[in-house]
Amino acid sequence: MNGVHDMGGMHGVGRIPYEPDEPVFHEPWEGRVFALNLAMRAWRKWNIDAGRYEIELIPPAEYLRMSYYERWFARLVALMVKTGLVTREEVAAGRPAPGTTRAEPPLRAARVSSMTRTGAAASRDLPVAPRFQVHQRVRARMMHPQGHTRLPRYVRGRVGTVERDHGVYVFPDSNALFAGERPQHVYSVRFAARELWGDQASARDAVYLDLWDEYLEAA
Amino acid sequence: MNDHHPADHHAAGEEARHHGGHEHQAVPSDLALRVKALESLLVDKGLVDPAALDALVDMYERKVGPRNGARVVARAWVDPAYKERLLRDATAAIAELGYGGAQGEHMRVVENTPAVHNLIVCTLCSCYPWSVLGLPPVWYKSAAYRSRAVIDPRGVLREFGLELPDDVEVRVWDSTAELRYLVLPERPAHSEHLGEEELAALVTRDAMVGVARVTIPPGARRP
Repeated sequence: MNGVHDMGGMHGVGRIPYEPDEPVFHEPWEGRVFALNLAMRAWRKWNIDAGRYEIELIPPAEYLRMSYYERWFARLVALMVKTGLVTREEVAAGRPAPGTTRAEPPLRAARVSSMTRTGAAASRDLPVAPRFQVHQRVRARMMHPQGHTRLPRYVRGRVGTVERDHGVYVFPDSNALFAGERPQHVYSVRFAARELWGDQASARDAVYLDLWDEYLEAA
Repeated sequence: MNDHHPADHHAAGEEARHHGGHEHQAVPSDLALRVKALESLLVDKGLVDPAALDALVDMYERKVGPRNGARVVARAWVDPAYKERLLRDATAAIAELGYGGAQGEHMRVVENTPAVHNLIVCTLCSCYPWSVLGLPPVWYKSAAYRSRAVIDPRGVLREFGLELPDDVEVRVWDSTAELRYLVLPERPAHSEHLGEEELAALVTRDAMVGVARVTIPPGARRP
C-alpha cells in the first residue's frame, strides 16, 4: 500500500534524533510491549508479513505521531482482536470475559532462549526456477498494490542490475493476506543513485534493494 | 478489505505526542497503564507466560547486542579465511561464533574499503540484524533516517560526523526482504599491535550500521 511507512526519499523530516548511550528500552512498558509481541506470535495466528502490514494500516497522522513501541502495541491489539484471541471488550476491561476457560501459553520461559536462537527462516528449499540472472538488467515494476508490499515507491519503474540471487523466499504480498507463501527468488538489485534521484545524486553512488521475482521485469 | 479500527491506534497514540525523542516520566503514563492492563488480561487468559516475557526482555537487554557483531568483525580482521567465509556466506560464518536466530536467519555482510562505504537502512519499517546488533536504536527507526539515508546518504553521514571524499562510492542497502545486513568496517590504521579481543572492544554499533568509522582512542595507541 502507498502508506506513510514507505519513507524512502521523503523531504522535510529534519535531523536524525541521535541519543548517545541509548538504553535498549526507554521505559519498562516498551520492553513489555516488545516481549508481548514476540510471545503472542507463538500462537501462530499471524505471520511476520501480516504483522508488518498491520503497522502499515495505522492511519498516516497516527503513525507519525506514535513512538515505535506504541505502534507495536496498537498492532498487537488489532491482530489479537482480528484473530479472535481477545475481544475489544476484554482489552477495555483488562480482564477476561466471564466464563472464559484458561488457555495454555505456547511459549514458556524455558523455551525463550531456543526460540530466539532458532528464529524462523523465510527461505524455502524448493526447486523454483529464477526468472532473472546475475548481471541482468531489470526494471522494478510500476505497480500500486493496495495490500502489503515490500517494493518501495521510490524504486518502482526504475532500472537496475541483478547483483546476487539470494534463493527462494516466502512472498510477503500474498503471505501478509494469508493467501499463500508463493515462494520465489529474491535478488539483490543495484540501482544507480542517479537512476533513482536524478542529477542531484552522486554519479558514483548506488542503492541496493532485495526484490522478489514478481516485483521485476526484464529491462 | 480489512477490519481495521483507527480508534485503537488513536487511543494508543495519545501518549507520545510532541515527543522529539522520549520522555522520562516520574508517574506511570496512560500508555504504561494500558500495557500493564493488556499484559494482565493475556496472563489471566493463559495466553502468555509472564516469566517468558521477563526472559525475552532480559535476552535483548542483556544478552543479544552489538558485542556479538563486534566479535564477528574482529575475527574477520585477524583471520583472512574467516573474512572470506563471512563475505561469501555470512549466516554460516556468524553461526561459527555462536550467533544466529531471530532477525539474523539470513545474513549478509558488506565490506567497507578505501573505495567503498556501505550504509544500512530499512526505509519501510525497522529491519535490523538483531542477532549481531541487538534491537535497533531510536535514530535508526526514525522517519528522518529512513527517508534520508537513500536519497542523501552523504548528508546523513555528514550529520554523523563522517565526511566522505567524492571518489568513495557509497552503497546504501535498503533491507526490503528478509536479508539482514552488517557492515564490516575498515580496520583502523596502526592497530597491528592489538589482539582480537582488544579490536572487538573498539567496534561500535554505529560502525556496523555504516554511520561511523572504527577508531583507536588515544589511550589505546601503542606508546
